[in-house]
Amino acid sequence: MSYTLGQQQLDSIDEILQTDLIDIGVHCVFLIDMSGNIIASLDDGENKHDIYSLAALAAGNFGAVSAMAKIVGEGEFSLLFHKGKKENIHFSKVLTEFLLITLFGNDLSLGFLRLKVAESVEKIKKILEPIHTP
Amino acid sequence: MAFVNLKRREVQVKIVYYGPGRGGKTTNLEYIYGKFNDRIQTEMVTVKTHGDRTLFFDFLPIDIGKINGYTAKMQLYTVPGQVKYNATRRLVLRGVDGIVFVADSMAVRREKNILSLKNLHENLKNYKKSIFSIPLVFQYNKVDLAEQGIPILPFATMEKDLNSQLKRPAFEASAVTGTNIVPTLKKIITMTMSSIKDELK
Repeated sequence: MSYTLGQQQLDSIDEILQTDLIDIGVHCVFLIDMSGNIIASLDDGENKHDIYSLAALAAGNFGAVSAMAKIVGEGEFSLLFHKGKKENIHFSKVLTEFLLITLFGNDLSLGFLRLKVAESVEKIKKILEPIHTP
Repeated sequence: MAFVNLKRREVQVKIVYYGPGRGGKTTNLEYIYGKFNDRIQTEMVTVKTHGDRTLFFDFLPIDIGKINGYTAKMQLYTVPGQVKYNATRRLVLRGVDGIVFVADSMAVRREKNILSLKNLHENLKNYKKSIFSIPLVFQYNKVDLAEQGIPILPFATMEKDLNSQLKRPAFEASAVTGTNIVPTLKKIITMTMSSIKDELK
């Protein structure tokens, strides 16, 4: 099984990520599927990371946390966030099959970031909905 | 679940090395990492225990050049082989496109191979995939141990135990020396790419 995204859809996703997240000061943002494939990725030009490895680990990490949630009787843990000294990572599920991962510094508040992430997730959902496989 | 990116003309494919614990899945990836160093821009990722056993997975992305005008990126994963880690094993299988089953040729591991294959069958069913239709290659590893006098099961026995119904390509291999490691990889890439070729027209 496989799925395809065209130029127009990917351009729209890039634009959402750029204006909603990179422009407010996010270091790096990428949209992946739960298999660990990278659909879109953007950065601010200063913070480069090995996103292929990050994507694989993020998908695994999110899967592990979801499995933990089920064991303790939660549907899922809605906030998944790792705090570092300089760099923080925020995970947000998009539909059932996709994950939006944001890397940001301490100059950006978590509350504001969550607000902007939620906005972009809503927009991205509309684009991914047609190819969404339950 | 392979992802085709029409903008970058790129296809990302997930291949998982499956099999019993201490069978040589990680060693397969380490050999590939060493051999194709020039094509791999990143470090191999491993999540392992203090005892050097795979805890979650190993991950190695490899560029194999162009296929039908698309840049093909293979994402190679291993699963933890130990029986107790089934929950994490199942997570790694999510969205798999092709599987290499690394079996241990040592006579004492015969039962473990069969149990692991059954486990693969069950875990695939969980994702509504069938072991009978997914691209799959067998690798009977550790054949080099025969030289040291360690009892090894002959090819025919391995085939009868694991591959009598499935009838998939199979290789005798040695991950430590590198024998048949690259042919195994090439075979699974060919089979997996051909299974998604309709998407690449």
